[in-house]
Amino acid sequence: MSAPEALPAKAFAYDYSVAECGSLRTSVGPAEVMLRSSGALWMAAERALVVADLHLEKGSSYAARGQMLPPYDTRETLSRLAAEVAALSPTLLVLLGDTFHDRKSEARLAGDDAEGLRELARGRTLVWVIGNHDADGPRALPGEVADEFELCGLTLRHEPRAGAQAGEICGHLHPAARVKGALGSVRRRCFVTDAERAVLPAFGAYAGGLNVRDTAFAGLFLRPPLAGALGRGRVHAVGWRSLVGD
Amino acid sequence: MADSAGLSADLLPPRFADWFAERGWSPRAHQLAMIEKAQTGRDALLIAPTGGGKTLAGFLPSLIALADRPRTNAPNGLHTLYISPLKALAVDVERNLNAPIQQMGLPIVAESRTGDTGVSRRQRQRVKPPDILLTTPEQLALLCAWEGARLYFESLECVILDEIHTLHASKRGDLLALDLARIARFAPNLRRVGLSATVDDPEVIKAWMARHGPAVSLADTSAAAFGESEEQGCAPQSSPNAGVAGGSDRRGRGNASIDLVRGPSGAEPVVEVLLSEGRVPWSGHTAQHAMQEVYDVIKTARTALVFVNTRFQAEFAFQELWRLNEDALPIALHHGSLAAEQRRKVEAAMARGELRAVVCTSTLDLGIDWGDVDLVIQLASPKGASRMVQRIGRANHRLDEPSRALFVPANRFEMLECQAAREAIAENKLDGDPPRVGALDVLAQHVMGCACSEPFDLLALYDEVTSAGPYRALPWEDFEQVVDFVSTGGYALKTYDRFRRIVKGLDGLWRVRNLETAQRHRLNIGAIVSPAMLAVRIATRRGGGGRKVGEIEEGMVEMLEPGETFVFAGQVWRLVAVTNLDVLVQPAPAADPKMPSWGGSKFALSTYLAKRVRQLMYDQAHWQVLPTDVREWLEAQRDRSVIPEENEMLLETFVRGRRHFMVCYPFEGRLAHTTLAMLLTRRLERIGAAPLGFVCNDYALAVWTLNPLEGLDFSELFNEDMLGDDLEAWLAESFMMKRAFKGCAIIAGLIERRFPGQQQKSGRQITFSTDLIYDTLRRHEPEHLLLRCARDDAASGLIDVARLGQMLARIKGRIRHAPLEHLSPFSVPILLEIGKERSPGHTGETMILREAEEDLIAEALQ
Repeated sequence: MSAPEALPAKAFAYDYSVAECGSLRTSVGPAEVMLRSSGALWMAAERALVVADLHLEKGSSYAARGQMLPPYDTRETLSRLAAEVAALSPTLLVLLGDTFHDRKSEARLAGDDAEGLRELARGRTLVWVIGNHDADGPRALPGEVADEFELCGLTLRHEPRAGAQAGEICGHLHPAARVKGALGSVRRRCFVTDAERAVLPAFGAYAGGLNVRDTAFAGLFLRPPLAGALGRGRVHAVGWRSLVGD
Repeated sequence: MADSAGLSADLLPPRFADWFAERGWSPRAHQLAMIEKAQTGRDALLIAPTGGGKTLAGFLPSLIALADRPRTNAPNGLHTLYISPLKALAVDVERNLNAPIQQMGLPIVAESRTGDTGVSRRQRQRVKPPDILLTTPEQLALLCAWEGARLYFESLECVILDEIHTLHASKRGDLLALDLARIARFAPNLRRVGLSATVDDPEVIKAWMARHGPAVSLADTSAAAFGESEEQGCAPQSSPNAGVAGGSDRRGRGNASIDLVRGPSGAEPVVEVLLSEGRVPWSGHTAQHAMQEVYDVIKTARTALVFVNTRFQAEFAFQELWRLNEDALPIALHHGSLAAEQRRKVEAAMARGELRAVVCTSTLDLGIDWGDVDLVIQLASPKGASRMVQRIGRANHRLDEPSRALFVPANRFEMLECQAAREAIAENKLDGDPPRVGALDVLAQHVMGCACSEPFDLLALYDEVTSAGPYRALPWEDFEQVVDFVSTGGYALKTYDRFRRIVKGLDGLWRVRNLETAQRHRLNIGAIVSPAMLAVRIATRRGGGGRKVGEIEEGMVEMLEPGETFVFAGQVWRLVAVTNLDVLVQPAPAADPKMPSWGGSKFALSTYLAKRVRQLMYDQAHWQVLPTDVREWLEAQRDRSVIPEENEMLLETFVRGRRHFMVCYPFEGRLAHTTLAMLLTRRLERIGAAPLGFVCNDYALAVWTLNPLEGLDFSELFNEDMLGDDLEAWLAESFMMKRAFKGCAIIAGLIERRFPGQQQKSGRQITFSTDLIYDTLRRHEPEHLLLRCARDDAASGLIDVARLGQMLARIKGRIRHAPLEHLSPFSVPILLEIGKERSPGHTGETMILREAEEDLIAEALQ
C-alpha cells in the first residue's frame, strides 16, 4: 500500500517504556523524549515542550466563509496547552508550525485568548516555528520566530523533509492511527517514529487526522515505524502491522 | 356502485365518462368523492388500500380542471404539484398519468423532476413550468429556496401528497410540512390533497397536513400559554399582516379543514404462517430451514415478492433460492445497494411479467405499480402489522381478489410474532406512528432556505412556520434561537456577528448575506443523512476501478479483509482493496463466502405487536395455532421456569460456568433493550456485581456477572430513575450521540455534505471531524441548540428512551423473578447470540458454535 512495506521487514526492536504519567518514553536520534498523551513531546534534559499544529482560530476561519463552527476551539486548545505547561514548567516552549490556521487568525483572536498566549510566554522562551498556514509568524504576540530550530542534536521543523531523515522532529501531517479489533475499530491521533525521526500529532482541537497508512507518509521512515496512539491518560505503542487504512 | 349513488356520475365531464366507458370501467365512489371535494374547494385526505385507483382519484380533479383551462398567450403556470417519497415513484406516476392524458387527448403537460432529471430539462421546468409537476420533498425544498419561488408557485391550485403515511413521522416529513406552509403563502387558492394507505389513526395525518392558524394553537395550548408569551413582552401569535398574507379564508380552522375520504376496503387478505413442523430453529434470522418450502411455494405462484428486512438477508435468501432452483425459475434480487441500472432492469423485467420471484427489501414497500404479483412472502419477522399490510398489498392490485401472503418465521419467538401479526391483520388492528414534534435542525435548514429565496419578516415567518402541523406548538423562543443559529451559529460567545449568514436590513427584513452563501446552502438541502456509502467496482488490471456493481455501507466494509470473499448483488466477490470511495472487487468462485451476520432487523418490534405476543404467550388455549415443537418449547418453559402474565416481566437468574446470568424478557425491541442493558451494567458495576458482558435481541436481554445476583433488589435495579442521571452520563459519552450530532449538524447546515468527487485526491483528511466539534461544544456550551437536537434524536431514534420509559413504568412492581438451577428454554435463543455477536465468519468458529448450540439445547431440556 505504501513504501514502508517495501522495506526489509527485518524485525526492529523499538526501545520504549511507559512512564507513570502514561507517556511513552523512547529515543529519537541521540535524544531521549517523552511522548505525552496530550500529544505534546517533552524533552526533560532541556525542559523543552514541543507541540505541533495548533490551528488556532480554525473555527472562525470557517465561520468567515459561512460555516459557523463553535467558536471554542482556540480556548480549548490553549487550555490544554496551559495544563501541560503547568504540569511540566518548561523553560522552552516550541510551537512547531501551523499554530494559526490562517494568516488573519491572529487578528481574530479574542482578547482573553491572546492574553492566555502571552501568559504562556512569560518566564520562558517561546519559539514559533513557522508552518505553511502561518508563514508570516505572529505580529504582536511575544516569542521568537524560526524556520527551524536545533535542539539536543535534533532538528525541529514544521514540514518533514522528503526521504528518511535522522534526528528530525516535525508536524504538518496530523498523523492518526487506526486499529481494528474483533468488535470494531478505533481511530486516534498518534505520534509516529522510526527512532530516527518523529512526527507529532496535531494538538489543535479541530485539527483532523491523516491515517499513517496514507501515501503522504511513504518514504519518510527507515523501517516500519511505531505509532504512539493517544488514549485516555496514556499513549499506546502500536506496531505497524496492527495499523490499518481508513 | 351502491355507495356512489349519492354522488352523481355527472361530476365526470363527458370526455372522462367516455374514457372510463371505453375501458369498461366505471368511476369508483372515492374517485367521484375526490372530484366533489375539489369542486367545493375542500382539502381532502384519501385513505385507500393499494390497487384502489388511489393515484387516479388524486389527479382526476386536476385533469378535469386543466382539460378546460383557457389558453392565453402567456405561460399558464404550475397548476398541480405532486410529491412522492421516492424518485422512482414520481417517474412511475408520470408514466401512468400520461396514459389517460394521451388517450383523452388532453392539452396537459405532466412532467417529473427528481435529482436524476437532466440539467436542461430542470432548467426548462424553472422557466416554463409544466401544468403538473411530479417531484420529491427534496426537490420541493430546493425550488422553495430559489429566488422567484413566490412567482413560481403563485398559480398553484392543488398539491397532492402521495404515500403520506411513510413521510409524516420523519424529518423529511417535517421539511415537507414547512415547504407546504411556504407554498400555501405563495398560492392563496392552494388545495391540499393527501393520499395514504390504511393507517391506524387518520387524525394524526390530518393534523400533519392541515394548515394551522393562530386561533387553533391558542386553543390547543390554553390561555396559560397565551399569558406566558405576553409576559415575555412579545406577542408573536398575531403579526399585523398575518391575515392579509395568509389568505383569511383558510386560516384559523386547524385540522378540521381536512375532509376524510375512504376508499373501498377490498377483500380480506389471506395470510398464512409457515409452520415448518418440527424444524423451527431456536434462534437465527435467516430462515434457512424453510428455504425448500419457500421455493416450493414460489413454484405455485405466478409472481411472488419475497420480502426480507435487511440487504444481507436479501443476499442470503437469493443465494439459497438459486441453490435450490432446479427448474431455473427466473428469480431476481432488488435492494437499495444495487446499482440503479440493475434495479431498473429488474423492475422492467417484472413489469413485462418475466419474473417468477423477486427477493427484495423495503425498496419495494411503496406503491410502484408493476407486475402481476399474486403472492407476498415475508421471510423472518414482520416487526409491525402496518408494514405487513403494506407489503401484503403488493399482491393483487385488483380489489375483488384477496391478496395472498405467507409469513416465514426464522425462529421460535418469531413464530409467536408471526402468529400475533396474522391475527392483528385479520382483525384489522394496525400499529401507528405517534405524532411527532418538528425537529429544530430541519427548521434551521428551512429558515435559511426562505432567506435564500426572498427577504423575510421574522413575525410573518413565525406565523407561517407554526401553520405547519409538526411546528404548530413551536414556542417563540425556540424559533428565535433557530434564527440566531442560522445567522451566527447561535453561540453564547458572540464572536461571529460579523460573519452573519443572514442579515437584517434597514427595512427590518432578513436576507441571505450574499449569492455564494445561498448557492452553498442549496447544495446542502434535504433531510436525509445516509451513512457513508462506498462504490463497489470491479478491479481493473491496472488496479483501478471499473464497472460499478453497487454501493455498500462503510461500516460493512470494515468487517472484511482484502482477500476475503463475500456475497453482494447476488454474486460472490473477492475484496481486492479499498481506495478512497471505491471498494475494488473481483469475481470469485462460490466457495464458502463470508456472509456477514447483521444481527436481525433494523426495525424494532412494534409496541402493539409486542403486546399481542405477550398475550399469545400467556394464553395457553391459544398455543394450538403453533407447531408442535414450538408448543413443546413453551410447555418446557412453563414447567422449568415461568410463563409470565401479560403485564409481567420475567427475570431469570442462574449460574453457568462460574458466571452469574440474568436474563429478562421485556419484548420491547433491540434498541430499547440495548439501552436498558447499558444502563443496567452501569448500575451493576456500582453495586459491585462486576458485570462482564451483555447481549440483546428483539425479545430479551442477558447480562452476566462475576458475582452472584440472587440477593439483589430487582425492583430497585429496574427503577425508572435510571433514565435520569445514569442515562445522561452514558449518553454524553456514547457514539450514538456523536452519530446523532453529525446528522443534525449536516441538516442544520453547520457542516456541509461531502459529495463524491469533491474529496481531496490524496485522501488527505484536512477537513475537521464532527466528533471533535461535538466534544468541544459539549464542554463549552452543553445547552446549545444542536446538542439539544442530537439528544432528542438519539433518545427517540437510536436508543428508544420513550419506549424504555413506558416499559419500566409498566413492569413496576411486576417483575417476576425466577431463580433457576439451570438455564431455561426461553433463554436459549438469547444465549446462542452471545457467540455470534463477536465472531462474524470463519468456518471453524461456525462448527464450534453449532456444537455449543446442541449442548445448550440438551442442557435446557434435561
